[in-house]
Amino acid sequence: MDYEFKLDQFEGPLDLLLFLIRKNKIDIYDIPIALITEQYLKYLEIIRSLNLDEAGEYLVLASTLIHIKSRMLLPVPEEAETEEGEGDPREELVRQLLEYQVFKEAASALETRPVLERDVFRRGSHEGDVEGTPEDEALVEAGIFDLVAALERVIAASGSRELLEIDLEKISLADRINEIMEILAKNKSLTFHELLGEASSKRQIIYTFLAVLDLVKLRMVRAFQNESSGIIRIFLAVEE
Amino acid sequence: MEGLKAVVEALIFASESPLNVDKMADVLEDVDRKDIRDVLSQLVEEYRRETRGFWIVEVAGGYHFRTKNEWSPWIKKMKRGKPSTLTPAVMETLAVIAYRQPVLKAEIDKVRGVDTGGAIKKLLEKKLVRIVGRKDVPGKPIIYGTTQRFLEVFNLRDLSELPTLRELKELQE
Repeated sequence: MDYEFKLDQFEGPLDLLLFLIRKNKIDIYDIPIALITEQYLKYLEIIRSLNLDEAGEYLVLASTLIHIKSRMLLPVPEEAETEEGEGDPREELVRQLLEYQVFKEAASALETRPVLERDVFRRGSHEGDVEGTPEDEALVEAGIFDLVAALERVIAASGSRELLEIDLEKISLADRINEIMEILAKNKSLTFHELLGEASSKRQIIYTFLAVLDLVKLRMVRAFQNESSGIIRIFLAVEE
Repeated sequence: MEGLKAVVEALIFASESPLNVDKMADVLEDVDRKDIRDVLSQLVEEYRRETRGFWIVEVAGGYHFRTKNEWSPWIKKMKRGKPSTLTPAVMETLAVIAYRQPVLKAEIDKVRGVDTGGAIKKLLEKKLVRIVGRKDVPGKPIIYGTTQRFLEVFNLRDLSELPTLRELKELQE
């Protein structure tokens, strides 16, 4: 990372606006829009000169500010306004700012908690250091990305074998689901690899994969992944 | 049950992830849950009182051995590796999801005023956040929520232990 100006100092347009409000010691409920807009645009200019990609995100708020500013310049007609919402044009922006500020604080509050692997540690969990051995199967619930990655590995492995597909075997997803449930009922748990490994054709691999996805979705099986070795194990969801 | 406290202690010690009372009751079969809870609170209290490097904490709905905060500098030194930290943008996104869950990306974007796609992806990768489902509206947007791992990492017993959000009114000062 070379000269990336730390615009990350601001987490976005709302953050920049909060910064300006604090810097100018402004009451958030009574923002002098003209002053703030001017300063905001100045910062936007810097942002644009440094990182165009990010500038886009700041532009929307800039236009909102200018819009509010122009509305505040207009005399308020005596009869209550109709569509544009009653009262102060700044109201929506203030609400958004306050909400953002609450979550910004919530984020720092979370940060101050005793974070695992930073402030507190559990027994022998050593990220990246200990090679995952089959004995220490720390299982975490596997997500869809893990399943897809595992599928890619199996397909890559099966691709190296010479496969001749002779006739179209008629298999249905429902059949495959039932088969997998049967296998699991007998074996209690299987690795994803074992499950796919017994499939001989790409078609079967894909059906097996789809079946597992469906079963996970239906919560009939649960997929867990060994934290270190990445091996995915499929369990029946209801064991008792 | 004779030696129940020691057995429970051993179970927690041997467990990879936080161990809940249900699981202990499963293992201990005939033991009353109330008795398990009793020895648990005794154990927690004992470790708290003693000058040990670790204690039993109640986290993510279970009980787990964790080192005490104050010894982290030495452990970090031993482990050498830097703990992976989350950037403020990712932390903010996580906070919105934690407090607003089940929540849509559009809602998170709105609170933060920026596109949060990248941050959400990071959180999914870190398994702090998961896809809870899809909302039944046009486009079927994805609904996000936090994971069990989120509770483990931030040392939370459950979601109700999240620090309460500051009331908007108080911001006036």
